[in-house]
Amino acid sequence: MADNQRIDEPTGTQTVGHEWDGIEELDTPMPRWWLWTLYATIIWGIVYVILYPAWPMVNSATEGVLGWSSRGDLQQELDARDKELEPIRQALVAGDINTLYEKPELMQAAIEGGRSAFKVHCVQCHGTGADGIRPGSGYPNLNDDEWLWGGDLEAIEYTLVHGIRNPDHSETRFSQMPAFGRDGILSSAEISDLVSHIRVISGEEEQSASATRGAALYESNCAVCHGADGTGDRTQGAPNLTDAISLYGIGRTSLTNTITNSRYGVMPRWGHRLDPATVRMLAAYVHSLGGGEALPAATNADEAVAEEAAGDQAVGEGGKDVQS
Amino acid sequence: MSSLKPAGGPEIQLYESRKEVFPKAVDGFYRRLKWGIMAITLAIYYITPWIRWDRGPHAPDQAVLVDLANRRFYMFNIEIWPHEFYYVAGLLVMAGIGLFLVTSAVGRAWCGYACPQTVWTDLFQHVERFVDGDRNAQFRLKDAPWGPQKIFKRLSKWAIWLFIAFWTGGAWIMYFADAPTLTVDFWTGQAAMVAYATVGILTAITFIFGGFMREQVCVYMCPWPRIQTAMMDEKSLLVTYKDWRGEERGSVKKAKANPDIYGDCVDCNQCVAVCPTGIDIREGPQIGCITCALCIDACDKVMGQVGRPRGLIDYITADDAEAEAKGAETPPTWKTLLRPRTLVYFGVWAAIGLAMLFTLGNRTRLDIAVQHDRNPVYVQLAGGEIRNSYTAKIRNMESRPREVEIAISGLEGATLWAGGTARPDTQTKLTTKVAADSVAKVRLFVAGPREGGKQAYKMSVRGTDEDAVTDIEELFFERPGE
Repeated sequence: MADNQRIDEPTGTQTVGHEWDGIEELDTPMPRWWLWTLYATIIWGIVYVILYPAWPMVNSATEGVLGWSSRGDLQQELDARDKELEPIRQALVAGDINTLYEKPELMQAAIEGGRSAFKVHCVQCHGTGADGIRPGSGYPNLNDDEWLWGGDLEAIEYTLVHGIRNPDHSETRFSQMPAFGRDGILSSAEISDLVSHIRVISGEEEQSASATRGAALYESNCAVCHGADGTGDRTQGAPNLTDAISLYGIGRTSLTNTITNSRYGVMPRWGHRLDPATVRMLAAYVHSLGGGEALPAATNADEAVAEEAAGDQAVGEGGKDVQS
Repeated sequence: MSSLKPAGGPEIQLYESRKEVFPKAVDGFYRRLKWGIMAITLAIYYITPWIRWDRGPHAPDQAVLVDLANRRFYMFNIEIWPHEFYYVAGLLVMAGIGLFLVTSAVGRAWCGYACPQTVWTDLFQHVERFVDGDRNAQFRLKDAPWGPQKIFKRLSKWAIWLFIAFWTGGAWIMYFADAPTLTVDFWTGQAAMVAYATVGILTAITFIFGGFMREQVCVYMCPWPRIQTAMMDEKSLLVTYKDWRGEERGSVKKAKANPDIYGDCVDCNQCVAVCPTGIDIREGPQIGCITCALCIDACDKVMGQVGRPRGLIDYITADDAEAEAKGAETPPTWKTLLRPRTLVYFGVWAAIGLAMLFTLGNRTRLDIAVQHDRNPVYVQLAGGEIRNSYTAKIRNMESRPREVEIAISGLEGATLWAGGTARPDTQTKLTTKVAADSVAKVRLFVAGPREGGKQAYKMSVRGTDEDAVTDIEELFFERPGE
């Protein structure tokens, strides 16, 4: 085929020599500099192969004389980031945890650091949303405003450092409710009455004869820890029985089980596993989830709203609109 | 394998070396037009970053600034945020349709007058003529052996080119940072590495493209001539050699002797000599013709000298050329410009422009975007109510700090409060501060009664110094059950 090469009349260009149904291809010469760029890319390729990791081998790849690797790059970035964060970590542990309120930026840094640490150390029990996986699971929901051992920054940090019911640690948060049924303190009928009473004070049931009997049993058996009115005692982790939140569920079966066999929820202590800065970050994060206690009142926001409502009738009416 | 010799034919190179072009200096209407456009385009390019524009203390005072680090684009009194990038996309669409419009009306006018490749090549060719002399002197110098004079001339030409190329790259980076500061930083070695790299790359590209590649960029590299070939029709203006008038070519003397045989073309080759891409327009329209019209200037000048009417080479549409060749009347040029196709292009182009201006005038500079916490979607509170948590982003796109009010409406018995503050008894609005030209991220909590199921309600934002709400976000209040 290639012997059909000829010079194309109008263009004066050599043809390739192929011909299909009268269609021929011109062998238009490439510009010379185009060839140079090809040579340049070849040289570039050779230099690259010498300098950087290139050829795949059995276990790894050729290393290249620069010794560069993406892993090394990442490590450098991580180290640089650690170095960058060091002052923040130091500032975090420098003072009392309550001083964080006065440093909003540090507080924000702590919350974000805690968010990361939480995903590593805490989600296994508390869930990725810190909601205790599901209501009644026995793992507390950290988003709500119910706290067994206290919900201000200091209390949360203490719980984190010392854990709950760590038998090998003297400073751990500790309490033990008696197993009223298993240990034969109360009969199953009495437990049933007690359950009725608790469900009444928590608003789950109507008043009944069983509940009235249960009230007397409560008085003698439970009030010492849970309080006469059932609102609990944080110094010993005794839950508030009157509110809408219950760690193990407020159904009759679950309550009966709790009173009969008692519960013994354990949280590991983190004081010896994590550095103080990380613990403080976790405390700040958990506190920020919405239920944190001992917060400053919203000064400027409240005042501004109040001023406006008082000062401007039109805005006041607008405010009504907004609420309706 | 760099060459092959077909039987009986001349030796043909597999790779073709560039045929150097030494365009001759020319004067005339189109040359002056090109001077003017070159002056304007270069002035726009070099001066724009230095124009100052007062935006107050919280925003840069550079009139045109692409602030990549802070993701802002400033153009006089318009500030564009990343989420408003569709304005830039709109500008690009307008530029595209504008090229369609120009091409269908006046052919490759972009290539001939305004394309940076043309403008800088033109500038470099002027430098070349300034240093080496005109076309013939350049030929001689090329063939001359290397001696002190040739070395001196080459070095000075390249030095001037390099100087221009450097300022071209230097001006480019000024669009991306405060120009005076960057200039000082640049010369004191404190500018970012990327600034030096950009200047270096652009200097090299300008030097090589303007000094050596020239028409090769248009012929081999640029896709636009191909697209334009498809955009043009028989009503687009083209630089055309009127062969029906010019042929047969012959000298004045020959034409005098045989007036019946010879046409107006005196075969002086001036049109080829002045062509910056080195083509012969008399061979008809071709990819190398950027329609710079310098051959028209050259030909008109010769026609004047030999006493023949101008316009042997002229801007004319293919339709008109056919009519004129037959001796028919041709319509005036403005009529060929105003035809349905160009009017439709213009209409679309103008509509996009007007739509952008309209939306620019009506866009809000304070808005709110609220993200509902997904895990958990609601929280049971000890007191019996349900709380939903949100992360709100309040975007203050003005260059002044603002105090804004966030309010909820349409949710009976609800309370709104911000993260980091204690929960108030009742409150449906709160104020917060947003720094100038920034986004404030606020954690928001809304608590409401347990009963009612999933319920829609609204959250709005307004500046406390204004009456009107500027943005409303529709939200759901999630509750247990269902």
